[in-house]
This record gives sequence, C-alpha cells and structure tokens, in this order.
Amino acid sequence: MLRTRRSPGRAVAPPSADGPPAIHADGVRKTYPGGVEAVRGLDLTVGQGEMFGFLGPNGCGKTTTIAMMCTLARPTAGRIAIAGHDTRTAPGLVRRHIGLVFQESTLDHDLTADENLRFHADLYALPRAAVPARVDAVLGLVGLGDRRHHYVRTFSGGMRRRLEIARGLMHGPRVLFLDEPTLGLDPQARADLWRHLGEVRRAESTTLFVTTHYLDEAEQCDRIAIIDHGRIVARGTPAELKSVIGTDRIDLRTGDDPAAARGLRDRFGLTSTVGDHGVTVRAADGARLVPRLCAGLDVPVFSVTVTRPTLDDVFLHHTGHRIRPADPASTTTPGGPA
Amino acid sequence: MTGTAPVAATPGRGPAAGTTARPPGPAAGPGGPLAELRAARMVWRREMLHFLRDPVRTAVSLLQPMVFLFILGVGLSRMYAQAGTGAGVGGYLVFLFPGVLVMAVQAPAVSVGASIVWDRQSGFLREMLVAPVRRSTLLLAKCLGGATVATCTGLVVLACCGLVGIPYRPDLVLLLLVQSGLTALVMTSIAALVACTIRRLQTFNTVLTVLMTPVLFLSGAMFPVSAMPAWMAPAALANPLTYAVDAMRRTIGARLPQGQAEALAQPVAWGGWHPTVAVEIGLVAGFCVAALALSVRRFARIE
Repeated sequence: MLRTRRSPGRAVAPPSADGPPAIHADGVRKTYPGGVEAVRGLDLTVGQGEMFGFLGPNGCGKTTTIAMMCTLARPTAGRIAIAGHDTRTAPGLVRRHIGLVFQESTLDHDLTADENLRFHADLYALPRAAVPARVDAVLGLVGLGDRRHHYVRTFSGGMRRRLEIARGLMHGPRVLFLDEPTLGLDPQARADLWRHLGEVRRAESTTLFVTTHYLDEAEQCDRIAIIDHGRIVARGTPAELKSVIGTDRIDLRTGDDPAAARGLRDRFGLTSTVGDHGVTVRAADGARLVPRLCAGLDVPVFSVTVTRPTLDDVFLHHTGHRIRPADPASTTTPGGPA
Repeated sequence: MTGTAPVAATPGRGPAAGTTARPPGPAAGPGGPLAELRAARMVWRREMLHFLRDPVRTAVSLLQPMVFLFILGVGLSRMYAQAGTGAGVGGYLVFLFPGVLVMAVQAPAVSVGASIVWDRQSGFLREMLVAPVRRSTLLLAKCLGGATVATCTGLVVLACCGLVGIPYRPDLVLLLLVQSGLTALVMTSIAALVACTIRRLQTFNTVLTVLMTPVLFLSGAMFPVSAMPAWMAPAALANPLTYAVDAMRRTIGARLPQGQAEALAQPVAWGGWHPTVAVEIGLVAGFCVAALALSVRRFARIE
C-alpha cells in the first residue's frame, strides 16, 4: 500500500496556468462565541488537480477549516476562494463547485444507491439527460456499479463511504473535500477507498482535499499541511517534510553487536545504540550505506533493515506530540520498510 | 475490481498535461426557480418513498384513530343514547368523526418533524444544507411532503365515513379531503417549528407527545367548545385545530338529513357570532402560513 518512491512528476501539482487555484485561503481565522480560537490565521493555496492532505490531531481546527471552505461556517476574518469564488460573497457558486464527504454518513439508508445519487442530481440541478450515464460513471469509479439498485442500509461501512464519494462527484466538482474519509473503516476497506480515490483522480482530475489522522494515508498525497492549535506548522510534499527529519534508521542484527557498534564508530564515524534486538544507527541515505556496511564490518551481519523517516516522525518533530497516541493504526502501519 | 466504467460524455478525461483542469461530468445547473422546484420535488418525493416503503408504520399509526372511532366512539355514543340526549346512537359518532380524521393526520404530520430531527442527527440534513438550494425550499418541500403523506393516511379514515352514517357524497369527501390536507399542513408546520429548535430525537418525541394531547383535547374534537367551562374555552378558541375540526363538522352537518346529529353540533362562537366555514378555513390557513414562515426562519439559522 505504501510507496516510498514516488514519481517526481506528480509530486507537486503545478499551479495551473489556466484559471485560479482550486483553494486559496488568506489569513483565515475563526473564533467561536466564548473566545475559543479554532483557526488562527491560515494561509493556504491548493492547485487544481492536486491531492492535498490536511493533517492534525482531533480538535486542531481541521473540521472548522473545512466547514468554512464549504460555506457552512463564516470565517471571523480572512478570505477563502474556491476556484476563484469567494465563500462569503458567492456561497451559491462555491457550493456548485465543491463536493463533500463528511465524517459521518449523510446518505439516506432507506433509499437505494441510485435514488441517493438522483436526489443529489436534483438538488444540484444536473441536466436530466446526463444523469443516468453520470450515475453509471461515478458508481463505476468507486466500484459499486453492481449495487446501483440496492438499499444503502445493506451496504458495509466502506461501501457507504465510497457511495458518498460517488455522490460528491455527481456534479463534477472542482474540489472534493473528504473529512476523515476512512474513519472507522477496517484496514482492508481503507486501502480499497484509497485505491478508488486514485481512480477518481485519474478519471476526473478533481482536486482532492483530504483530512486524516492516518499518516500512512497522507503519504499518498501530493502535498501535506500539518495543522496544530489552529495554525499550519509545516507544509510540503511528504518527501520534503521527511527530509527535514533527514535520516533513515538502520537496524542491524549481527553476530557480535558491541563489536559492530565499535566498527560503525571507527570506520564509518556513526554513533549507534545497542539494544536487545541489535544495533540501531541513523544515517542520511540508509539504502546506499548498507552494502558498504556489510563489506566494512568485521562481524557477521544476519539482517539489515532500513526504515525511512515516517510522517509520524515529522508530526512529532513539528508538534511535539504524536498525532493519535491511542490509535494502533498510526503506530504500526505508517512507514513500512523501504 | 477497479471501476473502469465508461465516463459518459466526458471528453478529455484524466489530468493530461496542458489540458484545462475542468473536471468531466455534467456541471451543476445555474440555479433559478426551476432548479428550486426540481429540488423541492425531490425532497417531496423522498417523503413519499419513505411512506410507501413503510406500510407497517402507516397501519400502526392508523390504529389509534380507529380505536377512538370504533371503540371509544361507539361506547360513548351508546351511553349518550341511553342517557337520552336525543342524538341517537349515530349522533356522537358523526360528531367525533372530524376529530378522528384530525388524529389520523396528526401522527404522520408529526413524524415529519421527527424526520427533520433525525436527518439532522444522522447527517442527511447536511447533504441538503450544502446544496445550492434555498433553505426555505427544502423546508417547505419537506412540510408539503409530510402533509401529503398525512392526507393519504387521512384518506383511509375518510373511506370509513359510511360506517358512521356519513353519506359517500363526492363533494363532501372532496371537501373533507381538502380540509384534512390543510389540517395536516398546519400540524406539519408546528412539528417543523419544534424540530428546528430541538436537536435530540427523544426530546422531540417527548415534547410533541406532551404538546399534542392537550391541543387535541382543546380542539373540540371529542367534546364541543360550547360544553367547556369559561376557563377552558379561551384556550380552545386560540387553538387552530378548533377551527379545522369545526369547519369539517359543519361541512358534514350541512350535508346530513335535517335533525341528525345537531344536538352536539354547536358551532364555535366568538361572543354571539359564529364565524363562517370560510372564515374558519382562512384562520387555519393564516396560522399555517405564520408557522411555516417562523420555521423557515429557524431552519435558516441551523448551524
């Protein structure tokens, strides 16, 4: 599921020459009555066709930010434009250009998938003649083509979420907002959902704005912003963010760990730590170092594991805490072996 | 299984370099009255679909008015007959019939309010609220949908009118149907007003149960306003249902043979003046418009 080497061509969606950026936020603040500052000065530009990850712990201002971008909440200060339309002065235009997938299900479970999509088509006044083909297209994109006339209440959690994505795409939005789209799904359903999001990108070239606190999912984004306490604390491509951390971790299992540690220090100038499970050392380009290590150490080397820095490390670095300490998914899955 | 379904009528698929980033697929319409109407029709249709797919709920909600009419009503009417009020056995049943009609439309009308609360709790309301549609359109369509469902339920009771001695005259049935439709809309708009104020479904159900019982008792549905003591009558006169029930009762009374069921049928009076049926219907309609306007305003403020 994880790809650490990304094709550089798609790493950053170039700001499109034709037309305004998909999302542009300028000095956005949101203060709730009672003085709670949910968002404190947010500047953000997301290019057309980009997959943008918006990361942060619960209560950091993610949902408020999305609500403001979707015209559901008014910023206390600042300005947001979606595809060039101001959310405050032209909310109707903004709504026609965005699709939404919320944390909670917003489907009618007593209607069929087809009826839910048609309901949406009528709400957005899609040309009638185009609706049946469009329903086919979006259901196909999320792999629900054969469930068109089934009741939503018979769907699994993952299928419902995918149907919501299909519905959000019905009116061909410029930006599809996904607020924690994989929350509460099992790993298989999460992987499925991301696979389908990839399909969506290829077929629709929709800008995807995704909030998540699963960092392994954020790896698949072109760019990421990390928000904490209502402010963006870091932004860039996953690779850029991880390069700030700089070093890979190399774990070695050898015949004589203390001797290996000495060798690392004397021959390679690396400081290592010896633990119960072998020797650990940090280095800038772990993969290239491995052959030299194996050749240069006098002790037998049984195994070498190189771990690239994970977004979890990045998050910890910028915010001083883990994104979701209690959640096993964020501690076990992100940043598998390179 | 990856979805490689044909993306119909979508030229230039994929983010090919250099092409415009306009996503394929039909664009949302530009809005306007026709679009609002279309959205309203869909919201209305959704209510109808829920109604048609849940016949059990309709059957159960019809049970209570039927019990009132054929058990309580029959018992009371025989009691009155034995006491010698001169109304005859059928008299009280005819008197009670409009009240039972109101009860029949009440349950489904109230459940529209419940469904607003439920939509809000379950999240579906958000799907509607972020759409490029006026909120007033959404709420009015929802209320109209509920009133339609309620009227359909009332039709079942209306079909029983022959059993209590009310003739099946097409003009009478049609008039009663229109009046119960209006009554349904009034109750739907009251329920919507409450629903826009309350977030939790349990609270909503409690509030409406507590609210609806006195409203029904104080509408002259079961005993006439003329029989109420002085402290009670003003409450009944302030109740829109009183006029709805009275209008139906007089509509029926005007089409019955002379002398039947008149003993109990004292029309509502303001001082010494009896408002005409048209005035009564106008009052109900006016109340309905006011309640709808108020709930539209409340609905617009949600979130």
